[in-house]
Amino acid sequence: MDEIAVLIGGKAGEGINIAGSVVMRLISGCGLRTAMYYDYPSLIKGGHNFAVIRGAAVQPYCHREGIDLVLALDQETVRRHQGRIRPGGRIIYDTGRVRELDGTGLPLDEIVKEEVAPAVTRNMGLIGAFCKACAIPWETVEAVLRRTVPKAVEANLRVAGRGYEAAGTVRSLPAPTAGRRVLPALTGNEAVALGLVEAGLEGYIAYPMTPASSILHFLAAGQEEFGISVVHPENEIGVMLMALGAAYAGRRVAVGTSGGGFCLMTEGFSLAGMAELPVLVVLAQRPGPSTGVPTYSGQGDLSFTLSAGQGEFPRLVAAPATLEEAWYWAGALLDLAWRFQTPAVLLTDKNLGEGMYTFHSAPERPPLPPVRWDGDGGYRRYAPGPDGVSPLADPGTAGAVVKVNSYAHDEAGVTVEDPPTVTRMAEKRKKKEKAMAEVLRGYPSVMTAGDPAAGTVLLCWGSTAGVCTEAAGDLGLRVVRPVVLSPFPTEPFGAALAGAGRVVAVEENLDGQLARLVRGEGHWVDAMIGKYDGRPFFLEDLERRLKEVGV
Amino acid sequence: MKWITGAQNTWCPGCGNFAVQHALKDVFADLVAEEERRAEEFVLVAGIGCHAKIADYLAVNSFYAIHGRTLPVATGITLANPELTVVACAGDGDAYAEGLGHFVFAAKRNTDITAIIHDNRVYGLTTGQYTPTSYTGFRGRSTPSGVKERPFNPIELALASGATFVARAYTRRLDHLREVLRRAILHRGFSFVEVLQICATYNNLTAAYNDQVYELDGHDTSDLNAARERAREWDYSDGAPIALGVFYETEREREAWPPMGRLPDHQRREVVRGVLEGRR
Ligand code: SF4
Repeated sequence: MDEIAVLIGGKAGEGINIAGSVVMRLISGCGLRTAMYYDYPSLIKGGHNFAVIRGAAVQPYCHREGIDLVLALDQETVRRHQGRIRPGGRIIYDTGRVRELDGTGLPLDEIVKEEVAPAVTRNMGLIGAFCKACAIPWETVEAVLRRTVPKAVEANLRVAGRGYEAAGTVRSLPAPTAGRRVLPALTGNEAVALGLVEAGLEGYIAYPMTPASSILHFLAAGQEEFGISVVHPENEIGVMLMALGAAYAGRRVAVGTSGGGFCLMTEGFSLAGMAELPVLVVLAQRPGPSTGVPTYSGQGDLSFTLSAGQGEFPRLVAAPATLEEAWYWAGALLDLAWRFQTPAVLLTDKNLGEGMYTFHSAPERPPLPPVRWDGDGGYRRYAPGPDGVSPLADPGTAGAVVKVNSYAHDEAGVTVEDPPTVTRMAEKRKKKEKAMAEVLRGYPSVMTAGDPAAGTVLLCWGSTAGVCTEAAGDLGLRVVRPVVLSPFPTEPFGAALAGAGRVVAVEENLDGQLARLVRGEGHWVDAMIGKYDGRPFFLEDLERRLKEVGV
Repeated sequence: MKWITGAQNTWCPGCGNFAVQHALKDVFADLVAEEERRAEEFVLVAGIGCHAKIADYLAVNSFYAIHGRTLPVATGITLANPELTVVACAGDGDAYAEGLGHFVFAAKRNTDITAIIHDNRVYGLTTGQYTPTSYTGFRGRSTPSGVKERPFNPIELALASGATFVARAYTRRLDHLREVLRRAILHRGFSFVEVLQICATYNNLTAAYNDQVYELDGHDTSDLNAARERAREWDYSDGAPIALGVFYETEREREAWPPMGRLPDHQRREVVRGVLEGRR
């Protein structure tokens, strides 16, 4: 595929993430589809941060080892990434911080001084040079910078202009498909947040934890505009219990965290199952166990999510792979959790949540309103209703006494311990799970890609779908991916796997947690390719590993 | 209006929980009769322990929660619907052990909820272990040779955490208990009522309490220092006089978030479209 890959690197505090997103929007501004991976260690100043932006006429959802242009704010960037430059590529660097080498050098300190611009605009000099290197017309550069640079636009433009003047053209960008509109760029976490808002979110409650925090920040900044409350309580236990209180009082709320925070939430998660209260948990995975590698990515929490909380209760779990799916399932899980009055988890990860991508648009969700009490007769919170779902009334409703309970309870919500009632109510909750599976048939709960007739299947979930899809395209394979992981979409999954010869699981964990789940469903998995260093699979990586297992 | 459910009451005879239940029921009934409150606007949140059965027994909206977590649940309910009158009943294990952090933060935020702590200074439902307010030397089933540590003084703790209404009552002074609960519920902000409650089975301190308690009189409830001084009179271990009544009451700004409320569909779509437009 004709593509461009640009890497910009420097120290933490030098605005690498913003610079990366500006490069991304410059490439998108030329009608291309883009993806950005942002790599940063868990520190605030210093260290090594870098962003890789990949652009092409069709949407990329993964990254490659090969880079065309490296924009280096420091020597470390050159040292680490020089070896990745593809033939015909080039390094554009700051002569004040990088020893002279074959490439385009810019005296950034002098440039910002002469232009009376703040030091943080140094990266704009490199960006200007990159634009010239890729023959992006100056009018486009100026238009994009005017809409993307958060402050001191004129100073940024002057510095970018100096970089633009000083550089030569290296290569042009890949040609976009004719008549392409410029599409928005979002992070996965922003897509989740906007998907929630669009689906009628009323409150978001969270304690900061990477890589979920940017949902909290984004929604907090927009809470007035979105008409929601955003609350940051004392800990994740408080988060979960506040959310359940708000859900009881009739509000659509979501919470967000990573694995460690979800550990603290599991007590309330189980309460939600027993009390039949809806809540949506956005669980953005990072490598564990424990604190693990906080600013990197992993897929090690699937088994945990599927079994979190004591006892048995129905739960919804979905793992989106793209922005569009993240948006769609954030809303769909809200609908489903409120329809079935049970907790739901949107399982994402750092690569999806903090990665930035071109956003196309999410499909419409099927309408799924909650079941409400009609006001007739005495209200009983756990009265038998359709599919085990009891009609809802909010506290405050005239004529209703609304009692929810963490103990085993009867239809009125009063504690019981007698065998027939305990049995009956456990079966009522189980009934909801069956009904959920039925309703989920109307949702895209299993996705496929690649060659549907291929005998070799790559089995994956969540954000590794992008790299699997590209590898499948290169190698003529089929990709099968359950998006819904609970209740497991048994039938559509079986259908998607029909005729499979060899099944290879590709997961960012050691144990092959999806492979184990799928085996439990009675399917065969031949091999498992795992990655657990926190970094995403490069396409080249995966293709090499596939060869090793004989694909 | 029927205030009591048909659930069978399983508290031990002589248990102080009966007094709290009766007082609370009377206050709810009074507020309906005199303050134009609707019975449907009361929400009772309970933790886990003997006290919590009150959620089954009172015929009002209730959230029978889990151990230690009454206050975040109550906060969530108030946040979702400020029109509701939210009362959180918790035990001393709930509020001062498992849920201590939530207690301090609820006071700090000054959210409009009333916390009633049924402090019997023993774990009843788990059959007699020491709690954070058991006296030094208390021999519980987990501390057979007697606890060496000193008890928390919840009144001091509430004052230090920023509670804007701090009071103590006693289950054998029913009229006084009723009066304190009524004031607590009417107070706007975080109200804290420490109820010295008799546990007839595991920690019957009736004789000592009857001997030690007195009702505050001529105490200036707006004076924080005076409140602290009164709070320190009795350290929850010795035989000093035990003040009952309101120690402190003040108005302070409450932590506030924009109200929850769904934008109409068309407006929501427009806002979202606007955000996307800005990202091109
Ligand atoms: S054990 Fe104590 S607190 Fe519990 S019901 Fe009996 S008397 Fe009341």
